[in-house]
Amino acid sequence: MFDTIKMKLLQKKKYIPDIKNAPMRSAFRGLPKLCAENCTNCKGCVDICPTGAISTEPFSIDLSKCTFCGACKRYCEKNAIDFTNFYKLGADAKEKLIVTADTTAESYYENAIEVRKEIYKIFKRSIKFRQVSAGGCNGCEMELNAASNANFDMGRFGIDFVASARHADGIVITGPITKNMAYALEDCYKSTPDPKVVILCGACALSGGVFQESSELNREFLKKYRIDLYIPGCPVHPLTFINAVLDFIRQK
Amino acid sequence: MDYITIKNNQRISILDIPVIDFEVLRAQLCASNLRVLSFFGVREGDFVKLYVALGDDEKGEIQLSSALIDKNIKEYDSITAENLQYHMFEREFYEQFGILPKNHPWLKPVRKNLDSYDFFEMEGSSLHQVAVGPIHAGVIEPGHFRFNCQGEKVYNLEIMLGYQHRGVEDLIVKKPSIQLAESVCGDSVIAYAMAYSQIMEELSDTKISTKAKIIRRIALETERIAIHIGDMGAILGDIAYLMGKEVYGVTRTLVINTMLEISGSRFGRGLIDFGGVNFDIDKEMSEKIKDTLNEVKKTVEKMTKASLKSSTVMSRLEKTGVVNQETAQELNLVGMIGRSCGIDLDSRFDFEDEFYKGLEKKPFRATNDAYSRFRIRYKEVMESISYTKHLLRQLDEYKDDSILSQAQKLIPASFALSIVESWRGELVHAALTDENGNLKRYKIKDPSFNNWWGLSMAVRNNGISDFPLCNKGFDLSYCGFDL
Repeated sequence: MFDTIKMKLLQKKKYIPDIKNAPMRSAFRGLPKLCAENCTNCKGCVDICPTGAISTEPFSIDLSKCTFCGACKRYCEKNAIDFTNFYKLGADAKEKLIVTADTTAESYYENAIEVRKEIYKIFKRSIKFRQVSAGGCNGCEMELNAASNANFDMGRFGIDFVASARHADGIVITGPITKNMAYALEDCYKSTPDPKVVILCGACALSGGVFQESSELNREFLKKYRIDLYIPGCPVHPLTFINAVLDFIRQK
Repeated sequence: MDYITIKNNQRISILDIPVIDFEVLRAQLCASNLRVLSFFGVREGDFVKLYVALGDDEKGEIQLSSALIDKNIKEYDSITAENLQYHMFEREFYEQFGILPKNHPWLKPVRKNLDSYDFFEMEGSSLHQVAVGPIHAGVIEPGHFRFNCQGEKVYNLEIMLGYQHRGVEDLIVKKPSIQLAESVCGDSVIAYAMAYSQIMEELSDTKISTKAKIIRRIALETERIAIHIGDMGAILGDIAYLMGKEVYGVTRTLVINTMLEISGSRFGRGLIDFGGVNFDIDKEMSEKIKDTLNEVKKTVEKMTKASLKSSTVMSRLEKTGVVNQETAQELNLVGMIGRSCGIDLDSRFDFEDEFYKGLEKKPFRATNDAYSRFRIRYKEVMESISYTKHLLRQLDEYKDDSILSQAQKLIPASFALSIVESWRGELVHAALTDENGNLKRYKIKDPSFNNWWGLSMAVRNNGISDFPLCNKGFDLSYCGFDL
C-alpha cells in the first residue's frame, strides 16, 4: 500500500487545468490554412488527396473528408496549403466544415457551434454518451478513451461514456458505418431514451474517409436521423472532442 | 515439397512460383510442420489460384508455393482436419471463393453476417448462455461473444466477428494509398504503414535510405512501448487497481506525445510514406526522445514493482486464463501472446533484419496466464526502450541521408511478401501485380487472425468475471481481423 501511495506522490499534478486554452504542440496538424494568392491552380493537391477533400473551385478543404495526413502540404511547392495547430474543430453543421482561403481560426471557431437553448437547458451540467464503433479502426476509440484519462479528465465536466444506451443522453459514432454494424447502430439509437443527441466523430464517420468508396458500407442511418455535432480528425484528438462537446452543451 | 524459398521483403516474378497439383499441395501442407504465414486465393479467369507461404523460423526463410484450382472443383478434403493451424485460413478461403473444405471441424462465417446463425450450445438444466455485443460496454470495437456457462464458470466462448468488415483488401487494390493502409488497424498504424510501404517498395524496386529505415524502426518500437504501457494500465484497470491504470495511462501519453512531436499525429500517422519517411529526427529531437524514454522507464519500473507487490493484483493475475504451450503451438499463436505462452517467435529476430542484429533479447519464463501476459509487456517495454536508444545512436551515422526517395512504378507480374513484428505480433502483407503493373491482389494477415482462438481457449474453466481481464491481456484487433 505504501508503494501505491508513493507512486501517487511521485506523479504530482498531471491534469490539464484549463482545457479550453490548453497548449498544443506546434507539430500537430489541425485547422488548414489556405493561401489563394500562392495557388497556381495546378490541381496537384486534388489528385494527391486520398479522400478527395480538396477543391480548387473555389479553393477549399472539406474537413469532413480531410484525414490531416499533410500530403497536400508536402506536395504544394508554392506553400498554398499549411496546417495550423488549432484544434477546436467541432461544428454543428456539415457546411461549416468547409475551410476556404478566408477562414481563420477565429472566424472558424466563432461560427462553428451555436448553442441551442434546449441542449443548454438539459445537458449543461452533464451529458453521458454511448459510443458505437461502426467500423472504426480503433484510432478514434483509443483517443476517446484517452479523453477520460488522468490528463484530459473530461469526467470533471460531467461528460462520460456509459456502458449502456439506456443510460445515455446521446451516441457518439466512430467509423464509416459498415453494413454489418448498421443494424446494431440503429438498435442502439432506438434504445437511447429521448431527448438524445447524435455526434459523429472522425473523418470516417463524417464522410466515410478513406473508406468512402467501399462497397461494404451502409450509411443510411445518417440520412434518417438528425446529426447534432460533427467532430473532424483522423483520429480526433481528445482536446478536439472535449472542447466540441463543451461548446455544444455550454455557452462559450 | 515443391516450393521456392524467398526472404522477407523480396520481390520475385510470379512465373518463378511453382504451380503444383492442388491435391499434392494439400497433402504436403497436411504433413508440413512449418507455420503458415499466408494462405489466400486469387481469381484467374475461371480458375482460382491458391498461394501458400510457410515460414521457416529457424532459417529465417519463407517457402512459397501455389496451385491452380479448376472451376469444376467445388470441394476438397480439409487440411484443418489434419493440421489445426489452417482452421481460420480455410474458413476465410471458403468464404471468399466458395470451394468447400470437406470435414472441416467448424466451418462457419469469418466476416459474413448471417441473419440466422446457430451458436454452439450446450444443453443441461444448470447451464445458461450469456450474449455480449456487438456493442460492448467500453469504448472498443464491435464483436459478439457467446458464453456457455454453469453458474460463474465458462465452459465455452464462441467469438463472432466481421462487424468491422470494410472490404479493405479490395479497396487497396482499387486505390492504393498509405493513408488507407494506416487506417486498416488504427492502433498499429506504424506496423501497417511499414508493411504496406515495404511491399510497394519491393514491388517497384524503390530503394530507400538507411536513415529512413532506422526512423521507421524507431517509430515501430515507440508504438510498441506506447501500446504496451497503455495495455498494462488497462489490465490493472480491469481488476480495479486504479492507481496502476492512471499512472500507466499518463506515462503512455508521454510516449505518444513524443510521436506527435515527430510526426504531427499521436499515433504516427503521416510519418511513413511509400519511398521512406516524411519527417526527420534531428539531433535535438533525438535527445528529446532519449530523455522522455528515460523518464518513462523510471516510472514504468517503479509502477510495475508497486503493482506486482500488491497481493490484490497478484491474486487476480496469477493462474487466470491459462493457455498451455501445446494448445498455443497447435493453434499457431504468434507474437507477444505466443511468447507469453512459451513460444519464442519474434519476426524481428527470426527473419533477418540488419538493424536488430546483435541486440540483446532476454529469455522469458512463461507462465501462460494473465500474469505472464502482464510481464511480457513489461519486458518488451524495457527492451524496446533500449532498442530505440540503440537505433537513435545508429541514426547519428546517417544524418546526411535523404529521408524520402522517389516512388517508382510497380513492376508487372511480381509477388512480394512483407513480415513486420507489430506490437501484437507477426503482421504479414502479401501482394501480387498484374501484367500492366497494377495491384492484382493484396492480402493482409493480422496477428489477431491467429490469436482470437487463443482467447477462446483462455477463458475456458475460468469465472466469467475474469473475461475482461483475459480479453485485455490478449488485446486483439477486431478491425485487423475483419479488414
